[in-house]
Amino acid sequence: MSTFDNPFDPNRRLHAGGCSCGQHVSEAEHDHAASALRCEPAPSEDKRYEGVVASAVMRAMFPRDAARRAFLKSVGASTALAAISQFFPLQTATEVFAQAGTPEKKDLKVGFIPITCATPIIMAAPLGFYSKHGLNVEVVKTAGWAVIRDKTINKEYDASHMLAPMPIAITLGLGANAIPFTVPAIENINGQGITLAMKHKDKRDPKDWKGMKFAIPFDYSMHNYLLRYYLAEHGLDPDTDVQLRSVPPPEMVANLRADNIDGFLAPDNICQRAIYDGVGFMHILSKEIWDGHPCCSFAASREFITNSPNSFAALTRAIVDATAYASKAENRKQIAEAIAPANYINAPVTVLEQVLTGTYADGLGGVKTDAKRVDFDPFPWQSFAVWMLTQMKRWGQIKGEVDYKAVAEQVYLATDTGKVMKEMGLTPPATSYKSFAVMGKTFDPAKPDDYLASFKIRKAS
Amino acid sequence: MNFSLRFRAAVVSIVLFAAFLGIWHLATRGTGAVANMTPEYAKLMGLTATAGKSAMPGPLDVGAKLWEHLKQPFYDNGPNDKGLGIQLGYSIARVGLGYFLAVIVAIPLGFLIGMSPLISKALDPFIQVLKPISPLAWMPLALYTIKDSSISAIFVIFICSVWPMLLNTAFGVAAVRKEWINVARTLEVGTIRRAFTVILPAAAPTILTGMRISIGIAWLVIVAAEMLVGGTGIGYFVWNEWNNLSITNVIIAILMIGIVGMLLDQILARFTRMVTFPE
Repeated sequence: MSTFDNPFDPNRRLHAGGCSCGQHVSEAEHDHAASALRCEPAPSEDKRYEGVVASAVMRAMFPRDAARRAFLKSVGASTALAAISQFFPLQTATEVFAQAGTPEKKDLKVGFIPITCATPIIMAAPLGFYSKHGLNVEVVKTAGWAVIRDKTINKEYDASHMLAPMPIAITLGLGANAIPFTVPAIENINGQGITLAMKHKDKRDPKDWKGMKFAIPFDYSMHNYLLRYYLAEHGLDPDTDVQLRSVPPPEMVANLRADNIDGFLAPDNICQRAIYDGVGFMHILSKEIWDGHPCCSFAASREFITNSPNSFAALTRAIVDATAYASKAENRKQIAEAIAPANYINAPVTVLEQVLTGTYADGLGGVKTDAKRVDFDPFPWQSFAVWMLTQMKRWGQIKGEVDYKAVAEQVYLATDTGKVMKEMGLTPPATSYKSFAVMGKTFDPAKPDDYLASFKIRKAS
Repeated sequence: MNFSLRFRAAVVSIVLFAAFLGIWHLATRGTGAVANMTPEYAKLMGLTATAGKSAMPGPLDVGAKLWEHLKQPFYDNGPNDKGLGIQLGYSIARVGLGYFLAVIVAIPLGFLIGMSPLISKALDPFIQVLKPISPLAWMPLALYTIKDSSISAIFVIFICSVWPMLLNTAFGVAAVRKEWINVARTLEVGTIRRAFTVILPAAAPTILTGMRISIGIAWLVIVAAEMLVGGTGIGYFVWNEWNNLSITNVIIAILMIGIVGMLLDQILARFTRMVTFPE
């Protein structure tokens, strides 16, 4: 029986087989909960710690389940809790428990895809952010998004770098089994671009792009949604007027050179690499579609959080710390050098420097400067998740009704991360929803359905 | 002019190789500066764009890089960057394990199929359906059920090397000359003893041929499997260098894969010669 099931429940079955996730009394109840929401949203950190401490005390007093049940039945759970707190300082114990927080598991494995979006995850290893928070983390390079998903689900990795929509898709069971996943931190904002083959250097108006072939890294990616959005705003239906292909980032440059694709909306260092090799040019930065859009996230399964809350908290602190460091322009050069070797991204330093410092060759003979080409901000805005859900629905990845808010709050842990940021002396935003504009069109996270209905070009559902 | 055939063959080989290198070198020469660029812009661009360097490396680049790798085959710069020797070691270990498991399963089963016409007929449809499946098609299924990528890779090696061994063993056992079995029967040799003292030596060359085919396939497949699951191994090395668009290192890896594959094949060829007998 786990520490997290409720010993104050006199009706809990003593030797129940329970369900597969251990949070429900029976498999049937688990299924019910799963179909409703996949999993309950986590209670606040305080409440959770309090529950854990109270459970431990209760168990220590009545080690035998049957005796505890008899006691609870006769006095009632709340009376029992009150009685215990009379002579045991639950409040203090909870605080001690929450602060002491030695990681349950020190040696962790974190997967990443070699692109600059993963900068905070990667650089936290060579620059010592993981060890600073008492963890020994091995960052493992992984071959593709589907592989990183499977390896994280299979617990080969404790946490990993994922595209921001992936944890939502996994939680909802799109393209994989439904497993509750969470996003404690966004990795990067901006930092992508639309790169076109050199032969299209005079075709800068998307209206002329009919029939072209574009590559995106994965179906559940901001790249997919941003490119579709951009095309649709220019009157092209991304499902019928152009071809979109899921191509792993390293193959994109090779395919562009071989003339198999006309362009791509890809994560950086890939865009810049195509320019560096003289194969393509930068059409626009993704920042020009939506300034401040999220791209990749740091993701962990809810199970990992439940089993190793302290490791998870330390990991979140390390990532938030690294992200804060990466967001400072003066550190970017040093970061580029730290993550360029074969053990990490494995790319020429010049390319990474251009991406991170924002002074870059555009592929057409000009040098451009945009300090915000890529930026880093860990706060997992829940409105980001709501926007992604609207796009998943818009392009037919989600069919039927979806509870935007519930899913967003369950996956994007804004409250927890806000708390971690506060503890670290940073100032998290007061709310977890913000409105933003994508290509001049304002998105109101409170009215996702109206937003969705306002698009003319969408997949008929 | 009566040099031995061997010597003349070697001369032809060397001439062919030199011609190949020469053509390669000429084909990958740079075209010189391509376009006018401002110095600031040129500094941000790669050599392909600025100096018209061919995207394909020449033999000199490959040679220099190869020397670098050979000088330091066992370095270890963390989990994602290990020397060529270590990567090859991982791949060979995976192939060895999967292949060994396949031997344990395929040879006894092959004996059974070869010796019993009933089992042979009963299992035939399954084998016929399973045999032509590309081993990599098993990969998603293996990852999903085994939930461990390195065991999945070993499973894929197992599944691809089991068929040639199984079929060759069954064929070899079934094709043992009837006279020999009849002699054994006349001498009232038991089934087990007959299998080991009569059938095994007689079928050994065929079985070894199956094993030789299998090791070749296993070595082909490991590279693809490691490119999929990543982590370690020569396949991962290819993927990682491809990720960096370093064709030089990819060529070196191809060369290494070829050499190791040849060695594995030669080892089994030697075993085959050891068990071959004149009739």
